[in-house]
Amino acid sequence: MIISCPHCGPRDSSEFYFRGEATPTRPEYDAGTAAATGYVYGRINPAGPQKEHWYHAAACRSWLLVERDTRTHKFLSVTLASEQGR
Amino acid sequence: MERQHYSLFTLARQALTGHRGWQPAWRDAAPQDRYDVVVIGGGGHGLATAYYLAKIFGVTSVAVIEKGWIGGGNAGRNTTIIRSNYLLPGNIPFYEHSLKLWEGLEQDLNYNAMVSQRGILNLCHSDEQRDAFERRGNAMRLHGVDADLLGPAEVRRMAPFLDFDNARFPIFGGLLQKRAGTARHDGVVWGFARAASDRGVDIIQNCEVTGFVRDPSGRVTGVETSRGKILAGKVGMAVAGNTSRVASFADLRLPIESHVLQAFVSEGLKPVIPGVITFGAGHFYISQSDKGGLVFGGDLDGYNSYAQRGNLPIVEDVCEEAMAIMPMVGRARVLRSWGGIMDMTLDGSPIIDRTPVPGLYLNGGWCYGGFKATPASGWCFAHLLARDAPHPVAAHYRLDRFASGQLLDEKGAGAQANLQ
Repeated sequence: MIISCPHCGPRDSSEFYFRGEATPTRPEYDAGTAAATGYVYGRINPAGPQKEHWYHAAACRSWLLVERDTRTHKFLSVTLASEQGR
Repeated sequence: MERQHYSLFTLARQALTGHRGWQPAWRDAAPQDRYDVVVIGGGGHGLATAYYLAKIFGVTSVAVIEKGWIGGGNAGRNTTIIRSNYLLPGNIPFYEHSLKLWEGLEQDLNYNAMVSQRGILNLCHSDEQRDAFERRGNAMRLHGVDADLLGPAEVRRMAPFLDFDNARFPIFGGLLQKRAGTARHDGVVWGFARAASDRGVDIIQNCEVTGFVRDPSGRVTGVETSRGKILAGKVGMAVAGNTSRVASFADLRLPIESHVLQAFVSEGLKPVIPGVITFGAGHFYISQSDKGGLVFGGDLDGYNSYAQRGNLPIVEDVCEEAMAIMPMVGRARVLRSWGGIMDMTLDGSPIIDRTPVPGLYLNGGWCYGGFKATPASGWCFAHLLARDAPHPVAAHYRLDRFASGQLLDEKGAGAQANLQ
């Protein structure tokens, strides 16, 4: 897979570190055990487009917010996570 | 259809009559309106579940529904290893139950599953790793499972071709389980299908689940499929790889990620590898099929995938590990590689349990170790479906262990490659 890093251009996926789904958001600290468990362990795990975080560990060290189709490995969009506020 | 018993006598009689009398091994059934139990997934686990439901628990109104053809998912994509060399008390009895079932499986099913107890040798490469293996071997022996800790000289006698004096990964010894080995993956599927079909189980192919039928209380009372609605007293999911997708039809969000795991086979060679050998300084394992191909694999690719194919960085990684442990394979050519979709739970252990949805039962989360579990997984899932209570050897495979904190972290590994 080739990932088009906004800073570095198209680079081999082996330069990147995969962090996982980006859709769940951390619940408030007093949201309760069920909400915390759901955040830590629950996964949407879609077969299709998924928003996820990748880290460009071997180059610019930016966190990226990526949309990728899990059925085809096609990258639909790559943006800087900092620009999305997450 | 009358059952055709397989034996040397049957074979001889067929040979004398030109092999014109063979019957289909199992019935390719059309769906009925209703069953006591519908098992989703016609892989090894689903078919074993149906077989043991009928044979052990007396539930014969059973359908196994499969979206493609039986054994076309992970049952046809694994590396055929069977073993029970685990560490945790929550795991050893389950996998040992499975290995014992493997040992009697062919007689029980009247089918040649090519179970071959050629042994598995886990190599260690440091004093600390040898200590950990000694601990695991002792845990196995305390549970009545065979384990032998070998020194470098004994390993050298077994496998003289290994790179013993590798500067980075010298071989300090290994943990051997002699009763482990391999089985023929397709044969396992066909054997369970035939034996289940003989006991009245309907095996329905090309029948993809598209939703669940729910009653007003929310209870699952059947499945919507590409071949129409099928009602059921209970519905069991045995669809590892696609568990999240099927469970989402019941609005369940599970502690599972789907990841791709690649495997490889070389051209056929004369017998060179005595059993299964694993590399302790990375994640690499290898065995040799009866046809002569070296069957090997390593890590997950490391990102969520349903694509059933992987990428080149892992190919390179696996081949580097092969060269680090047994340089003799360097001139063998890779014949094929493929990918299967693994149900990676977040503690690395499977789930056999009821779900929060009444009437819906879950068998999944097999990570990359589902093949060896096939018979016991079917046995324990059948127990759960028939009696509504977990089988004692699978009692730790609870879905709520993630909320309660009672994780079963055999290797401290979850879905992410950096934790494995």
